[in-house]
Amino acid sequence: MSPGGRVLRLNPIACDAHGVCADLLPEMVTLDPWGYPVIAPGPVPAELEEHARRAVASCPTLALRLERQPRAG
Amino acid sequence: MTAVRSTGAAGHPLPPGQLPRLVAPGAPLGLQAHVGRYGPLPAWPGGPGGPAQLIASVERAGLTGRGGAAFPAARKMRAVAGAVTRTGRGRRHGGAVLIANGAESEPASGKDAVLLRQSPHLVLDGITLAAGAVGARGAYLCIDGADPGLAGRLLVAVAERQQAGLAGAAVRVAEVRGGYVASEESALVNFLNGGPAVPLYVPPRPFERGVGGQPTLVSNVETLAHIALIARYGPDWFGAAGTPAAPGSALVTVGGAVRRPGVYEIGLGLPASELLELAGGPAEPLQAILAGGYFGGWLPLPAGGEAAVSPPGLRSAGASFGAGVLLGLPAACCGLAETARVLRYLAGQSAGQCGPCTFGLPAIADALAHLAWRGRDERAAEWLRSLLPLVDKRGACHFPDGAVALVASALRVFADDLQRHLSQGPCPDASRPPVLPVPRAPGGQP
Repeated sequence: MSPGGRVLRLNPIACDAHGVCADLLPEMVTLDPWGYPVIAPGPVPAELEEHARRAVASCPTLALRLERQPRAG
Repeated sequence: MTAVRSTGAAGHPLPPGQLPRLVAPGAPLGLQAHVGRYGPLPAWPGGPGGPAQLIASVERAGLTGRGGAAFPAARKMRAVAGAVTRTGRGRRHGGAVLIANGAESEPASGKDAVLLRQSPHLVLDGITLAAGAVGARGAYLCIDGADPGLAGRLLVAVAERQQAGLAGAAVRVAEVRGGYVASEESALVNFLNGGPAVPLYVPPRPFERGVGGQPTLVSNVETLAHIALIARYGPDWFGAAGTPAAPGSALVTVGGAVRRPGVYEIGLGLPASELLELAGGPAEPLQAILAGGYFGGWLPLPAGGEAAVSPPGLRSAGASFGAGVLLGLPAACCGLAETARVLRYLAGQSAGQCGPCTFGLPAIADALAHLAWRGRDERAAEWLRSLLPLVDKRGACHFPDGAVALVASALRVFADDLQRHLSQGPCPDASRPPVLPVPRAPGGQP
């Protein structure tokens, strides 16, 4: 894992509340009362990175991304 | 030198601490009267020091954006200028684009409309200067499309400058129609790119990739007018009004229960109680001030009257400066009911793009309305409190965050009222006619 790790980032405009991410990565994603994902803050732990990748790949609207730590500024 | 330039009063700037600076009393200023009052437009950025010098001057002045976010104006300009350089005059060699934001979609605010009506040339001077400083060849002046006659008057002002031979970026006036979020900066970019005036998912931010894919500076029209004065008279002159923490003057819109509601120019840092006096004083006894408009927070009186009206002053008092809106709330009035009406309006203004905002704001508005007009329901209060973190910072733009902050401040400032609503039901004042101006929204009032 690169220093600083990776973070999950959601495009809330693209998200359509399919909830696949919460099924595949319950350790980091819960759903709000309307079915939209609430993502745990901070970097994805190394042991969950593979699961995070699958959640990202399975999002039907491509709303979820795994990114390097946000750039400064 | 043209006739217009020679009438300038370059040696006679406005006295440093004197207000108003931006909006002269009386009739709107045509070009000749404008140059008579302020002196000619300085030769920047072609002059000594070039564009970097103007940005440095704005930075020394400590000017912050007057559109609501209070972001340092010079940093924003430098980011756009830097993006142009990095990408080689912009990705498609068109240079940067400037958007002068006068769309003012906050219903309680009137300051941008007053500035554009009274001092159009000060804004156009600022556009010329800022466009030059960031390398923009074209500029859009975005205005509220619902303001009749404004576009026509601005086009006359633009034509006046062309006839007088004033150089500067080509300015196009764009009428923006849309709701509360239409004047958010990515929404303006979206609109000018041919889309609807609703916010975009960022990044890329407009300073990286905005109109036509070019680096785009979005500045409030009042911010640009201040730049026109800083370029003429310098940072020290600018700082002769305001405080070291919040230098300069600002236009504020004072409304609610005051005797002379309207737009005023103040030195930043004026105590809130003195601002109310400036607006004729309270029209009836007041219990609180809503500072920062519908994106702001409640200041309880009398303690809140000491708060400094400035971005840092109001932030530390638990409210915000926003676009400079301050509204007086009468004592014989229910703060919960007033806030509930505003939330109902805001919920109807969501662009409907992000789930937490689309569904969360109506849920918050329902819960608050239930507490305001029915009361006696502890569970509704708990539900409301649990909703706030589920909406805060979960949209693509900051619209839901502002609505949540307003509700949180109402629950804090009107905590005693809430307790009474919970134990005894709604107060009689809850059925008083509304004080805060809320445009009629489809769906009607609860």
